[in-house]
Amino acid sequence: MNAHPPLVGEGRLPRSRCGLCHIDLDHISVTRGGQTVLQDVDMHIHCGQLTVLIGQNGAGKTTLVRALLGELPHTGHIRHLNETGHPVGHLRTGYVPQHLDFDREMPLTVADFMGAAFSRRPVWTGLSRCTLDRVREALAQVKGEELASRPLGRCSGGEIQRVLLALAMTPSPDLLVLDEPVSGVDQNGLALFLDTVTELKRRHHMAILLVSHDLQLVREYADYVVLLEKTVLCQGAPDYVFTSEAFQRTFEGGQQAC
Amino acid sequence: MLNAVYSLLDLLGVEALRFTFMKNALIAVVLLTPLLGLLGTMAVNQQMAFFSDALGHSALTGIGLGIILGVGSDLISMIVFGVIWALVISAIKHRGSASADTIISVCSSLSIAAGLLILSSGGGFARYSSLLIGDILAVRETDLLYLLLALIGGVALWCVMYNALLLTGVSPSLARSRGVPTRLTEAGFVVLVAVAVMLSIRWVGVMLINALLIVPAAAGRNLARSARGHAAWSVGIALVCGIAGLMVSYSLGTAAGAAIVILAALCYLLSLICKHKRG
Repeated sequence: MNAHPPLVGEGRLPRSRCGLCHIDLDHISVTRGGQTVLQDVDMHIHCGQLTVLIGQNGAGKTTLVRALLGELPHTGHIRHLNETGHPVGHLRTGYVPQHLDFDREMPLTVADFMGAAFSRRPVWTGLSRCTLDRVREALAQVKGEELASRPLGRCSGGEIQRVLLALAMTPSPDLLVLDEPVSGVDQNGLALFLDTVTELKRRHHMAILLVSHDLQLVREYADYVVLLEKTVLCQGAPDYVFTSEAFQRTFEGGQQAC
Repeated sequence: MLNAVYSLLDLLGVEALRFTFMKNALIAVVLLTPLLGLLGTMAVNQQMAFFSDALGHSALTGIGLGIILGVGSDLISMIVFGVIWALVISAIKHRGSASADTIISVCSSLSIAAGLLILSSGGGFARYSSLLIGDILAVRETDLLYLLLALIGGVALWCVMYNALLLTGVSPSLARSRGVPTRLTEAGFVVLVAVAVMLSIRWVGVMLINALLIVPAAAGRNLARSARGHAAWSVGIALVCGIAGLMVSYSLGTAAGAAIVILAALCYLLSLICKHKRG
């Protein structure tokens, strides 16, 4: 279905197509205000895979993401390893936040917003042709070319998710972190978003970590599932995790994962 | 150099510009309103109107403290105190669990009260009443050089930090993930606003300084679709209303700040109408 030509000539080739290089989270613990929020989290996020983090509200999903982004002090190690287990330099992370809490009346086009991230030239002086090209290119990756000139405040929840995804994909990251991108987006928008993510995964072969609410969709799209409750309760293929005892205990009384 | 500008203004043949104080006032307006217009775009987008209001009020405290500490120049004590106060308010805002509105309101009241307390001691506040409504005669020739430097420095800083500030305003966590030092950026912005406000306060007055920052940008917001349009409208409205307001105040014999702000407010009303017509 997604028969893309090889990416030669499109700039960066994937560093590896092996599925073996990974981001290694080794005994990650986070303490906040004297309380242990995360304890000894051990997990791998493999390149070319969509790893989905699930768990109850307050299980520490967002905390783990913030630790991964370097926003929270933590103990333990986060390493980026290649297929032979050797560390590869700096981990480039693209991040799609949960939602944008901004003033929707702000006079700001999608191109302005993305241009502010791509270029040093202050966007109130206008966008250079080169920056505009980069914006269009980035939006094309998420099938959002038509959004460039639209005010950001006039975009729907799903469209804003795609803009954020395009932003996180430029420059191409080693690890893409999607923090609960499901809230405020309807089912159609969500499926479209996850289709786009899956396509990007195939084309760029990067590691993707998704924090998710929607267990139904997790089962459909995830390659690997991690069930978190202060520490990792269970991890593995979706079917394995979904039939585990830990999963039954956590989500007892219906499939309400929030 | 100033003389060249003076003779250029004489060429315009405007009756009001016969006087040197009017020439100085006009130059001050032309130098300061664009900077305030630019900074205002971000202040309205980030809902900081109340914050800059509190900042303007703190000029009274700044001058009061300057007198107590024996600082020779009003301007320096206003700027130093304004910068410190701006950083304190934004730090409290970041820490506090109470609503930002409440915190800023308390800070604002405190700074007015402290300023009045100091400046009215001995019953001599009348001397400072021009601070409240502003006085264009207060613009001296030496001030113009500082204003020019402020304009150049302010716009340069604005160019450097605008993109970072924009990303921070839309989403701090996204900005941090792209390597933006969000706290430093926000601190830089409030310091810049503090300096621009304090430089303008002597001729616009404590009561109206915030309007000059906010109203043109608020009008521009209704008219623009893009960041560039917003900056252009805001600077344009600030500049046109500044010059026109100065001339109106001369012929009516009123405070210049008041005339400028009334014109800007009219622009805001017109912009609202335009916005509703466009839908």
